[in-house]
Amino acid sequence: MERTHLPESNWQTRPARILRTRQMTEHEKLFEISLGGGRTLDYEPGQFVMISLFGVGEIPISIASSPTHRTSFEICVRAVGKVTRALHRLEAGDELGIRGPYGHGFPIRILEGNDLLIIAGGLGIAPLRSLIRYVLDNRRDFGHTHILLGCRTPGDILFADEIDGWRKRMDVHWECTVDRAAPEWTGQVGRITTLIPGVDMEAERTFAVVVGPPVMYKFVIRELLAKNIPEHQILLSLERHMKCGMGKCGRCQIHNFYCCQEGPVFNYSDVKWMPEAF
Amino acid sequence: MQELLQYHVLKKENLDGLVTRLAKLQPLAAPVAKGDGNFAFASVHEAGEMTLDYVPTILPPKKYFLPPRETLLHFDVRRGMHVETVGDNQPLTLFGVHTCDIAGIQCLNMVFSERPRDYNYLLRKRLITVIGLECNGYCDANASCALVGASLPNGGYDLFLTDLGDRFLVHVNTQAGDDIVDTIKVFAPAAAGDLEALAALRERKRGTFRNEVALDPRKLPELFSRSLESPVWHDLDGRCLACGNCTLVCPTCYCFDVRDEFRIDLATGRRIRAWESCQSEPFALVAGGENFRKTRGSRQRHRYFRKFAYPFGKYHRFFCTGCGRCTRACMAGIKLKETLTALAWGQGG
Ligand SMILES: Cc1cc2nc3c(=O)[nH]c(=O)nc-3n(C[C@H](O)[C@H](O)[C@H](O)COP(=O)(O)OP(=O)(O)OC[C@H]3O[C@@H](n4cnc5c(N)ncnc54)[C@H](O)[C@@H]3O)c2cc1C
Ligand code: SF4
Ligand code: SF4
Ligand code: FES
Repeated sequence: MERTHLPESNWQTRPARILRTRQMTEHEKLFEISLGGGRTLDYEPGQFVMISLFGVGEIPISIASSPTHRTSFEICVRAVGKVTRALHRLEAGDELGIRGPYGHGFPIRILEGNDLLIIAGGLGIAPLRSLIRYVLDNRRDFGHTHILLGCRTPGDILFADEIDGWRKRMDVHWECTVDRAAPEWTGQVGRITTLIPGVDMEAERTFAVVVGPPVMYKFVIRELLAKNIPEHQILLSLERHMKCGMGKCGRCQIHNFYCCQEGPVFNYSDVKWMPEAF
Repeated sequence: MQELLQYHVLKKENLDGLVTRLAKLQPLAAPVAKGDGNFAFASVHEAGEMTLDYVPTILPPKKYFLPPRETLLHFDVRRGMHVETVGDNQPLTLFGVHTCDIAGIQCLNMVFSERPRDYNYLLRKRLITVIGLECNGYCDANASCALVGASLPNGGYDLFLTDLGDRFLVHVNTQAGDDIVDTIKVFAPAAAGDLEALAALRERKRGTFRNEVALDPRKLPELFSRSLESPVWHDLDGRCLACGNCTLVCPTCYCFDVRDEFRIDLATGRRIRAWESCQSEPFALVAGGENFRKTRGSRQRHRYFRKFAYPFGKYHRFFCTGCGRCTRACMAGIKLKETLTALAWGQGG
């Protein structure tokens, strides 16, 4: 078999360098990455990149920063397996490969001019931080903005210092709850769903944006519908295992949708009939 | 008479001349008997090595278009992020491809030319010449090519041979096909009588190849739209062994895995893609260990929906060619025609 160089290959990765890292919690680490040579990554909040560590593998990771800051971008990675653990061993100066961005992010053009109810479960804050930062950088373009965050324990809260900053802002409403905590925790304890009934909002013009572990969706959607948020104003990021990002490998398929191409952000009214969605 | 120009006649005694000359032009693969009634596309050099009267090969010609393992890029970690993207690149002539398998290639072509285009596939496809062969009768009782409209040729080949008894009628469909006719001088111009014989054969075929399943193919999309919760999937759940044979042998299955392999130096290596089956349990695993297709029945449902429902909405075509391979290969005796019939009757299969 002859092997020839294939210049137009979709599998080409771009070289990138880690500028800074920050251990966020026991399991999550934040990476600031630059493509180098003054090149920027052209992305929308909610999109993801394929990260390559050659010899180890390639995985999809959401972009956690906002495209309003363009010289570098950030990803927040939980160490769960082969590639993510290897990633955690990297430090500033190390190189990796990037493909993408891929997927459809949050529909910013549609969200503008509306109120937002952003609901993040655990690591779901990573892609949502991209949206939140975008909203804060363009605050005037959006209406009332509520951010609800749910974590397992206080120690799992990601971006705690930034959240402190959001808490002090008068132009966002922010709440957090943890599943369980030691008695000295003064915040809320309980599932994220318990925060929803109390939010004071104008359901008709509110878009709910939900990202979290798959088990969370069913329960959160029930609460959102109870608050009379129209079905087409509920947006969900459904993250499936991905191998290609190009709608071919079949890994991310949910019924007739390829999550990597048509998602990961879906409109609830499009996916509500799907037993494989949540 | 333009139509006549697209037809040539190949006398049967000239078949070997054609095959040996084709094999000299570039590598040639054709169906070869493997014993126990099994056949496989394999490299041949003369007509005597191949069998033109064959039941669909164990693996479809997909193996040439989308190889079971394919290198996508080479990397060298000593040189930073140095990667070289590559394509497997070999001219090939496929001889004696049945209409169902040509339909299978057409399905793959659609998928891989859809944006973002898959250049590894498209480049390879450009180097493959397809010479088809008409089936005058059914290969066996597992076929359902008439149901999906694959029993008659419908493009997708360079040359197409129809057995008219003492001779083959050869349809030239592409310039590449015409070049073969020009280069290898074993063909004679077709006469009006040859076309009449072809028309008569096709007419006979319309009688032989009749929809094999008691349901109207035009109603399939609607049937599937009501079949999400059918008891048929529950029945398959109890029977399927999740071996993945049905997807491996299917000419229109193309799911793949991507993984890295180091060479012995642990510095250089390659990224490959390899066939993968939606019937394996981890295939649909997602974050936190959740799996939305945990049961075998739900994975079988996914397979059937990927053949008859999802692609129909997207490509206006079924991704089943009726080749019957999944039925022949299933160790649990799950039969595609029975499953479809059971769906139509709304019962367990
Ligand atoms: C669109 C998208 C965005 C993502 N964004 C982020 C992010 O911002 N931060 C982050 O930490 N992770 C994110 N993930 C999940 C991340 O891709 C997986 O954690 C990663 O692929 C695991 O690779 P690994 O080699 O370390 O694990 P493996 O060794 O392959 O597996 C370890 C464990 O994780 C599970 N797993 C493997 N791959 C995936 C996967 N793709 N999705 C879910 N579970 C998987 C396995 O079943 C196994 O239990 C995202 C996934 C998708 C699809
Ligand atoms: S589903 Fe079965 S009969 Fe249909 S193309 Fe695939 S292997 Fe052939
Ligand atoms: S070949 Fe049969 S047993 Fe194996 S996965 Fe397919 S349907 Fe199940
Ligand atoms: S990741 Fe391959 S199809 Fe979506």
